Amino acid sequence: MKLNTKISTQVYGCLLLLPAACLLVLFTHYPVLETLKSSFFTTPRGLREAAFVGLENYSMLLEDDVFWQVLCNNAIFSLGTIPVSVALALIMALWVNGKLPAKSWVRAAYFTPTILPMIAVANIWLFFYTPQIGLVDKIVTALGGASHNWLGDPATVLPCLIIMTIWKEAGFFMIFYLAALQAIPPELQEAARVEGAGRWYFFRRVTLPLLMPTTLFVFINATINSFKLVDHLFIMTKGGPDNASSLLLYYIYEVAFSFWDTAYASTLTIVLLALLAVLAITQFVFIERKVHYQ
Amino acid sequence: MMRSVRKLVLALATVALMAGPAFAVDLTMYYPVSVGGPITKVIDGMIADFEKENPDIHVKAIYAGNYDDTRVKALAALRAGEPVQLSVLFSIDLFELMDQDVVVPFDDVVTSDADQQWLQSFYPALMENSSASGKVWGVPFQRSTIVMYYNKDAFREAGLDPNTPPQTWDEMVEMGKKLTKRDASGKVVRWGLHIPSTGYPYWMFGALCMQNDQVLMNGDGNTTYFDNPAVVEAMTFWRDLGGKYGIMPEGTINWGTLRQKFLEGSTAMMWHSTGNLTPVRESAPFDFGVAMLPAKKRPGSPTGGGNFYIFKKTTPEERTACLTFVKWMTAPERSAKWSMATGYIGTSHDAYATEALTTYCNDFPAAAVARDQLDYATAELSTYENARVKKLLDDAIQAVLSGQDKPEAAMAAAQKGAERILKRYR
Repeated sequence: MKLNTKISTQVYGCLLLLPAACLLVLFTHYPVLETLKSSFFTTPRGLREAAFVGLENYSMLLEDDVFWQVLCNNAIFSLGTIPVSVALALIMALWVNGKLPAKSWVRAAYFTPTILPMIAVANIWLFFYTPQIGLVDKIVTALGGASHNWLGDPATVLPCLIIMTIWKEAGFFMIFYLAALQAIPPELQEAARVEGAGRWYFFRRVTLPLLMPTTLFVFINATINSFKLVDHLFIMTKGGPDNASSLLLYYIYEVAFSFWDTAYASTLTIVLLALLAVLAITQFVFIERKVHYQ
Repeated sequence: MMRSVRKLVLALATVALMAGPAFAVDLTMYYPVSVGGPITKVIDGMIADFEKENPDIHVKAIYAGNYDDTRVKALAALRAGEPVQLSVLFSIDLFELMDQDVVVPFDDVVTSDADQQWLQSFYPALMENSSASGKVWGVPFQRSTIVMYYNKDAFREAGLDPNTPPQTWDEMVEMGKKLTKRDASGKVVRWGLHIPSTGYPYWMFGALCMQNDQVLMNGDGNTTYFDNPAVVEAMTFWRDLGGKYGIMPEGTINWGTLRQKFLEGSTAMMWHSTGNLTPVRESAPFDFGVAMLPAKKRPGSPTGGGNFYIFKKTTPEERTACLTFVKWMTAPERSAKWSMATGYIGTSHDAYATEALTTYCNDFPAAAVARDQLDYATAELSTYENARVKKLLDDAIQAVLSGQDKPEAAMAAAQKGAERILKRYR
């Protein structure tokens, strides 16, 4: 009898999970396997069927200069956006968490970039960066600098995108930090004050460790986001000039839908997946151990 | 029980009978917008008029972004089995669409002699990007050439005659130098010229090459001439406009923001699609002119823009309805109206013979420049696996303009890449 209830509870549980599991398989696992499979075939075109080619797509990838450049761009982009936007988010959160006149206005102002549609953001920044008539150039020339072709110069186009992304991301991450900060019990602060701890000491030894789970979460999100950027590239640069601002996902889109080479795009997707998996595993296995404050 | 089954069968049979040609045909089409102005509104208005005249055909027109986005959406919809019967797509997507086996030639859809005649009625220059293997695959709709917009006030200010725009490369450079205005500290306040190099660099380049009397590819779409000396020379000239002559900024110039820069007076001349004519006219705060592109060995510009295509996955009724619709949309009166609303070229001689467009061109001669330039126009870069070949050329152009590579080396690399892709199609 007891065994029976246990089994029926388990069946009940499984049934509850079933719809979600189905969706997960249908929209996540099945596409991954399908992608993996098509990375071993050629692209079917018109009347030509897909043919098995083994690892040919992967060896093509090793010789593809654009792929390596895009990978390199993406690394620079990630290293440029993640630390700065997370640090900025923390600083902003600490600030708007304190006693501040018109606090909700400041919070809203920081959060605004996040709620704007991506394409609108890209259009706004496209005009910011336009030489001569753009906001950036207006400021630079007012300060006595020379007008510069920000998005047309391979040396400045990626930094330009990095700055825009930080502007957009920091406000989003701030919300998580703000929530985490408000979850820290005020008694800790009181106790620390009684013990005579300074503000910086308290931040370093109490606040920061308590924020570590949030930091891990934010870091993983920031990492994923840095590989997810594609919308802005359509509007602002189309990956140019000469691939200087192309990122991995944009390249995949281009190969898949402009060139309609779905097999090679699948190969690139598998590489992206592997890359993200490695990053996620590293973050979870190595960092998570240090995250939880005992 | 038996009776209700019989009733059901009868009902189904009735429905099946009624679903025949007597019923309205639903057509879905995607279309792109690549220039300024309220083009979606114009299209919606035209379709409303069409439906009023043809109550048995219902057309759902979906705006789908720029040309590339529209092709992606249409092909993706076809693959997913969604009903799309026709679309306005890039004229240069022709070989790609043939290779994918998704379009039917119009020759297979037209039946009567009148229809055949209609197919012959468009400007021959526009048909270069519409036909292949002896068949017509696309019907010209929003077609353009590149024209030169120039600021007459800036010409006057620089002591130039506002009614004689440059006619040769040398004149353009010479005038460009006079038009480039610097302030006391040497900073440029107004450039002489802007040729955009994002979005459609290969298109602008096609014009420069044509002016140097060299086309970029053959008519079968399987050979390119990127490393031809005349092409390299054209590339060198483009680069020198920024570097050597200093009449244009160095680096790439954005397609999307260029019109605004022209309107703000930051450049005295710009090369852009004639499809921008109406928006420029409506918002230019100064006196502006439109001219044919200057010549080196000869004048020239590639045509550009979109054609109507009919997809293969259609029933005979749908194809007939598509034909009715395309014929209506491209008829001289509509073509004239469309040209006046946007600046795109009226696609046939008859369009310019309509009273409306004749009067318009008399009042506003700039509107006729693109048409007159058709005499010197050539096909736009169009090959098999077009997006890939185009990107090789685009990258090479941008590499040269941004100073990453020399013209010879960049063009040779692009040609090598194109060879590798196109070999299979010979």
